[in-house]
Amino acid sequence: MRKFLTVAAGGLAAGPAAAADIAIKVEIPRLTVAEYHRPYVAVWIERPDQSVAATLAVWYDLRLRNNEGTKWLKDLRQWWRRTGRELDMPVDGISGATRPVGAHTLAFAGDHPTLEPLPPGEYRLAVEAAREVGGREMVRIPFRWPPLKAESATAQGKDELGAVTLDIEP
Amino acid sequence: MNPPAKETAMRFPLMAAVLAVALALPIVTLPIGAVAHRAWLLPSATVLSGADQWVTVDAAVSNDLFFFEHNPLRLDGLSVTAPDGSPAAAENTATGRYRSTFDVKIARPGTWKIAVVTDGLFASWREDGQPRRWRGTAEALAREVPENAENLRVTQSQGRLEAFVTAGKPTDGVLQPTGKGLELMPITHPNDLVAGTPASFRFLLDGAPRAGLEVTIIRGGIRYRDNLGALTATTDAEGAVSVTWPEPGMYWIEASVRDDRTATARAKERRASYAATLEVLP
Repeated sequence: MRKFLTVAAGGLAAGPAAAADIAIKVEIPRLTVAEYHRPYVAVWIERPDQSVAATLAVWYDLRLRNNEGTKWLKDLRQWWRRTGRELDMPVDGISGATRPVGAHTLAFAGDHPTLEPLPPGEYRLAVEAAREVGGREMVRIPFRWPPLKAESATAQGKDELGAVTLDIEP
Repeated sequence: MNPPAKETAMRFPLMAAVLAVALALPIVTLPIGAVAHRAWLLPSATVLSGADQWVTVDAAVSNDLFFFEHNPLRLDGLSVTAPDGSPAAAENTATGRYRSTFDVKIARPGTWKIAVVTDGLFASWREDGQPRRWRGTAEALAREVPENAENLRVTQSQGRLEAFVTAGKPTDGVLQPTGKGLELMPITHPNDLVAGTPASFRFLLDGAPRAGLEVTIIRGGIRYRDNLGALTATTDAEGAVSVTWPEPGMYWIEASVRDDRTATARAKERRASYAATLEVLP
């Protein structure tokens, strides 16, 4: 990833990048615990200074009445501090219900309203999971936007997340 | 069971002793007294999401932070301030043997301030060879404390204890100084504190930056460690200190000054103190 940085430097001030597609696979691991609740998960793109460029998805308990599931959004600690507290959930296209154990894929076309305005540069995909009466974990995958060629990278969670895979197609 | 007569005989002196101790112990004065006890507010949470949340706050005077093991904090000077600066209610207020407790409904997003403020006079003197102690207001002082008492010493004490709670996005409406006593003016928002990241605060005395003030910062959980691990810092020319939190937790930040800027001529000395409970997240 490092070597792309120099290539990118010249293009940083340019406008939105050309279209490219992003696919993100998030694995929610099976845990042997007495009390299991599906984790809250936030998926976002951050800049190298950890500021948030775009939130892609937030999975939380949407079904509770009076929007009560939002009470625990703060447990997605990093996401909450960096952007979540600025949002008024639910947000169309971002909010989703919690997911069961297994691999879940999110796909975004390059002309998606979230990705389309991203200026070219270095970014990181961030995935954070927090589980009721459980733990919290966050993984990051650096990437360059737009990609010069097809890229695939994986980060392995240890506790609350399984493998997180990022695939980018120019 | 003891026979009733004996029980009464046993109990009364004990109760009298407890009462005497309770009267002698400076419960209210502790934020301001010279005693080594620590006064604190402990909110159940400082960062909230979702609408219509509640926090419960414990308030006590103790040695170890944040364990209630000595005296409850009196809530006479309690105030709750909503993000827009308007006063809000504390509910379900109760005072037990070791702690006081109350609830605050965080009915609107933004940053809320919970404060216990004291401002009073203390007098001590000798009368008929016996030490006398007195506490009250300036008007009562004129009435109740003889002006030419032997060894008369009158002190003004201003104490402020604070805690901050934010629902949603942090706001700074409640972070304005009153200009009275010792106060903290956050430079870093008090609900935006992260372990390993520096935070800074400015201390004001009567609304003006206070340079050269020694500030003590202690993390809670003292009972379960051998070393107090207190951090100390001295305010710079602008009254500011910077602290890098070594680890997540609830921290107690405290400072106090003594000077002669009293509100009444009969008090020769003033003590102004400030303490806040700040939560540092991982």
